[in-house]
Amino acid sequence: MLYETSLVAIAIFATFVLGVVGLSFWLGRKGQTAQGYYAAHGEIHWFVNGIAFAGDYLSAASFLGICGMIAVSGYDGFLYSIGFLAGWIVALFVIAEPIKALGRFTFADALDARFRSRGIKLAVAVSTLVVSVFYLIPQMVGAGALIQPLLGLPHAAGVLIVGAVVTLIVVTAGMVSTTWVQFIKGGLLVCFCGVLTVAILNRGLAVNAGRPGDVNLTPQVRTVRPDGTVLVDGRPQARDHDLRPVGTIKELPAAYVGRRATGPLRPLEYFRVLEDATVVTWSARKHEDEAGTHTTFTPTERKGSDLLKPGGFFKGLATGKLADRLDFASLMLALFCGTASLPHILIRYYTVKDAAAARRSTVVGIAAIGAFYVLTLYLGLGAMTSGALDPTDSNMAAPLLAKSFSETLFAIISAIAFTTVLGTVSGLIMAGSGAVAHDLVENVCGIPMTDHEKVRCGKIAAVGLGVVAMGVQHRRLGEPTRAGHAALLAADDQAGDHRRGDRGHAGVTGLDPALGRHLREGLRPGPGGGAGALQPAGAGDDSTGIFGARRGITPHTTPRPGPPLIRPPCPARSRRRPVAK
Amino acid sequence: MHDDPPAGEPARARARIGLGLFALYVALYAGFMAVVLVRPDWLAARPFGGTNLAIAYGLGLIAAALGLAVVYMVACRLVERRGR
Repeated sequence: MLYETSLVAIAIFATFVLGVVGLSFWLGRKGQTAQGYYAAHGEIHWFVNGIAFAGDYLSAASFLGICGMIAVSGYDGFLYSIGFLAGWIVALFVIAEPIKALGRFTFADALDARFRSRGIKLAVAVSTLVVSVFYLIPQMVGAGALIQPLLGLPHAAGVLIVGAVVTLIVVTAGMVSTTWVQFIKGGLLVCFCGVLTVAILNRGLAVNAGRPGDVNLTPQVRTVRPDGTVLVDGRPQARDHDLRPVGTIKELPAAYVGRRATGPLRPLEYFRVLEDATVVTWSARKHEDEAGTHTTFTPTERKGSDLLKPGGFFKGLATGKLADRLDFASLMLALFCGTASLPHILIRYYTVKDAAAARRSTVVGIAAIGAFYVLTLYLGLGAMTSGALDPTDSNMAAPLLAKSFSETLFAIISAIAFTTVLGTVSGLIMAGSGAVAHDLVENVCGIPMTDHEKVRCGKIAAVGLGVVAMGVQHRRLGEPTRAGHAALLAADDQAGDHRRGDRGHAGVTGLDPALGRHLREGLRPGPGGGAGALQPAGAGDDSTGIFGARRGITPHTTPRPGPPLIRPPCPARSRRRPVAK
Repeated sequence: MHDDPPAGEPARARARIGLGLFALYVALYAGFMAVVLVRPDWLAARPFGGTNLAIAYGLGLIAAALGLAVVYMVACRLVERRGR
């Protein structure tokens, strides 16, 4: 679908960017020492740190990806939410206190305090860098893919703006400015998702999204010709001849006979009514010939009850095959273990003063993130029935849902969607910066540095990582990477570090052999050969998790449109040993 | 230099509480996974006033995470007060 540039969205986003950059310069004096730059002097209030946890963790994948997946496939997107949130239980009950008590700037500090091994420090530093880069790539790709429809700017502008702004934020005041950016972003995200949810419940459900007449069930065909021009139903795509928005209610439950809208619904009532309604989603089928690539979007009637149970995305759950089920279990285990291993989350424990503050901030983080994921369920289902979805791009579900209410809300949600990338990327660059300067240069290589040199080294590393993130995106190697893969990497590598730690004699060779495989798999160009966006779903997806089962769970039987930000982890190819031994 | 690792009876008590609550949540999470993997048809049932089990269990897991987190925070505070 074609989008009009929203000047309000650009203005809101520009205001946010100028605000956080100004804040960063104002806070700059607090990041002059190593303690300030890497750990914000341990003076961040636990509540601020808790919301910053949410701002750090809730990336574009969480906001746009999960919402889009629920809008397209129903309940299965919520399974990701459940897995992502469950990971915080590991962080709170198992990780928070020891990490805070043992470490100083990085996760490597905590392991080093216990095992005193140079090899472990090296392994953890490399793991941190790899996980950070893997997480950076989808964020940057997402920024590039989203800026065009959201703000009307070219793809490269998204990557450059995010890269430049985030590097500036990190370089000016390190963890101090990063924390406040994440706090503002996390607060805005949860608040405006709440506003959208209230609007959804207040509107209720309506046949044909409140438009007169019956739902149009005619298929639509989008053709991309070899010269790049796009046709819709055989005619050139234009503003007055574009794809119809999709996703709506065809029939309300019997209790609403003779009515076309339910009116306001209570939170649980919303699910009950939707379960008994008939929903029109769509399926996409792609084929190629000499005239170009044709994608047929066919409206599909489905029972609401089918959309509110597992199996819409993870089709393999219904096949009964052991490999499919193991793959799904493996993915959920990776999500469960991955959160507590993400380096940009772990370093946040050093920004509060003591273990009690670390616990409290984690509880605040769980509350904010849990609330967000519940709201996301309403956002996804609201989008599914809003009659406003773009069949070619599931990532636009949340902004288009907002547009179905008002242009202003669309502008605000679009700007927030883009700023979600800023908060997460700044945390990742901060984590990578600490891994290079503190872990690799100072602790592994043994190069003594003054406090000032340590800060300068961290800033140089931050600039380098920012350039790498932009460069990798520019080279278009990032298509198959995804947040789930980064979580898998984190879970696997931390588990590997602990295993090595248990043996207590790790060296360079202690690096998890799986790491190399992850790198190869993660950086392998997708079948599109460089479309500059995340790999479209359904293109021979396999998923794997900690067990690394070989066969995929085959999320879609037919290709799905759009480049979702949430992807199952990449296929396993090697004979990997399971983590849990 | 690194701070000393958490030590003493209060730290051990907090760790025990944390691991106990962690085990409880793992049991809830594993139960959900088991149902999804083994009997996904159960999730379509509506035992809770019309909302199906899939939604109820999923929301319950999120609520349980927050509830257990609050219990842990309060319990740790009590342990610390007793330790003083």
